[in-house]
Amino acid sequence: MTQDDLTITDPKMKAHGVDVFYGEKQAIKNVSIDVGTDLVTAFIGPSGCGKSTFLRSLNRMNDTVASARVTGQITLDGEDIYAPSMDVVQLRARVGMVFQKPNPFPKSIYDNVGYGPRIHGLAPNKADLDVIVERALVRAGLWDEVKDRLAESGTALSGGQQQRLCIARAIAVDPEVILMDEPCSALDPIATAKIEELIHELRGKYAIVIVTHNMQQAARVSQRTAFFHLGTLVEYGKTTDIFTNPKQERTKDYITGRYG
Amino acid sequence: MTFNAAALLLLIAGLALIGWLAGRARSNLLAGRAGKKLHSRPQYHGWYVALWLFAPAALFLAVWSAVSPGLITNQVIATEAAQSLPEFGFERGAILSDARAVAQGKQAAVRLPAAAPLVKPYADASHKYAWIGIAAMLALALAGGLYAFTRIKPDFRARTRVEKIVMLFLLLASLVAILTTFGIVLSLLFESIRFFRLVSPAELLFGTEWAPTSGAPQPDTFGGIPLFWGTILIGAIIAMIVAIPIGMMTAVYLTQYAAPVVRKWVKPILEILAGVPTVVYGYFAALTVAPALREFAVMLGIPNASTESALAAGIVMGVMIIPFVSSMADDSINAVPQAMRDGSLALGATPNETIRQVLIPAALPGVMGGILLAVSRAIGETMIVVMAAGLSANMTANPFASVTTVTAQIVKLLTGDQEFDSAKTLAAFALGLVLFIVTLLLNIVALRIVKKYREAYE
Repeated sequence: MTQDDLTITDPKMKAHGVDVFYGEKQAIKNVSIDVGTDLVTAFIGPSGCGKSTFLRSLNRMNDTVASARVTGQITLDGEDIYAPSMDVVQLRARVGMVFQKPNPFPKSIYDNVGYGPRIHGLAPNKADLDVIVERALVRAGLWDEVKDRLAESGTALSGGQQQRLCIARAIAVDPEVILMDEPCSALDPIATAKIEELIHELRGKYAIVIVTHNMQQAARVSQRTAFFHLGTLVEYGKTTDIFTNPKQERTKDYITGRYG
Repeated sequence: MTFNAAALLLLIAGLALIGWLAGRARSNLLAGRAGKKLHSRPQYHGWYVALWLFAPAALFLAVWSAVSPGLITNQVIATEAAQSLPEFGFERGAILSDARAVAQGKQAAVRLPAAAPLVKPYADASHKYAWIGIAAMLALALAGGLYAFTRIKPDFRARTRVEKIVMLFLLLASLVAILTTFGIVLSLLFESIRFFRLVSPAELLFGTEWAPTSGAPQPDTFGGIPLFWGTILIGAIIAMIVAIPIGMMTAVYLTQYAAPVVRKWVKPILEILAGVPTVVYGYFAALTVAPALREFAVMLGIPNASTESALAAGIVMGVMIIPFVSSMADDSINAVPQAMRDGSLALGATPNETIRQVLIPAALPGVMGGILLAVSRAIGETMIVVMAAGLSANMTANPFASVTTVTAQIVKLLTGDQEFDSAKTLAAFALGLVLFIVTLLLNIVALRIVKKYREAYE
């Protein structure tokens, strides 16, 4: 792993020597990585390389898997997120997540977005909640499409709209980091383009980490790229370097389509 | 010589076995002679012959067994000896069956003197029709067998044919339950129509006075409202107040919190509880719960406290329904995709908030369907209410008082010596019809909801 030309001066999240186990099986081996505050970081690699597993350990979603175990250190603004003093509920409010398949709740569009702010008590009254919901939907680029039908079910939207609704839902709790686990893999090219555009617009407001299968997508949306293979971090660097001048043979083979 | 269906069935089964062997042998022989490969394996040719031999003959046997007694009786009645029989009614039937029993050797001598001259005609007729039946059956079996046997050729598609016939049998088997239900509904309907000739449907459905056994001085009254109210109070209100919260909490615990080991043990045990005979619950309600509740009510000073109370029956029925509700709720909550749960947790919701605000609302249609099915089971439940709820038709909201239900009244109306043409007896059928329609509607609505809900996540 090379870190010489990395210019992350103020990392939002730092992982150091992270191992993740599912029962006996080790899915992540000794991964250390810094996530920049106003950058988009892409995790790429072949299926089963552990990139999603690692992403899910950044907001402790692996806690929901009974057999999963994480060792090593992951910090958010210098705080160890696996420390006993860390409240997982607050952590997840600060590190939001968007999933592979759009998963809106079977509630109205308004309630989907309002769900997070409500449970965290961010909106003392209806007017405040209205403002939060509108702002989140505007940021997610969905407001113009849904402003006249906020009471309709979120599940009635198209796949791409559902995914933007899920992004709006994550934005609504005002997180610092947004994790995206292959957010476009279930979408058509037009919806994908819209999500990518949205990621561009959100950059700088949130630290964004995106897992993707699609190397062109990683090249388009990210400034930093990490290449995972067989549970290890093979190479991490500026996206332009990774794609034009990879230092590792395995990275080169992967991005030139030799395997994956 | 009498017509013994079981022996004849064995006979044609034996013939079918011979047919099977013959069919198989012939297919092998023909294939060898023609030097060709068989399209179907030899045993399919055997089955083809056996089925053609057996099925038509067996079908004829079934029809003949049903029809021939009537034919025999008709022939006996047409004889001179029968002209002196009484016109109609029980006496005539008794004489005929007496003669039949002697003719068939089930009885040594006639009990009624009038039957004596009929014994010989009966024996003659039985003999004649038995021979006709056996001959026709054998002819049919042989014709079927021969037809199939002559069709055997190396390229004859015996397997396809046999599979088609087997499919037909499967179809018939699946129709048995449906047709039987249909027959039950028809019989209910006919008896109910007879009842509604005596008492108007409006009285049954909207009348408030239920007194079918009041006796001669006052006319019987058949107002069903007190029964319907009792049924609803016990089955749809008290039982559900017990079963819904406990069932839901069980399901939430088992799906969300329980360690796999706990779930592995508790879920099957709950499912076994659903198989406990209701009469056992009935004992528990009548002997343990009801007296305890009465003492409790007396202590509180509640009037009309009875040892047969709506509350006792309702609570025990609710307990009986718990596994039903919990298993439906369990399925529904499990059917909510994991992605929904993850989505909520990833927003920083606690497991508790996730269950209350995402999982249960998402599972609600399925849960509602389950609850409706549970209600329809509860209102059709009989043993517990017969044993614990009592038989007095009270219109009361006091759960400590005795009430009665539709099912308990049906039991009461039909037990003991009853003539089958009095309004009192026929009322049982009308009540049964009402109950059947209500539970049928509940089931239809419930299954629709459940189905729609399943589609939403596929």
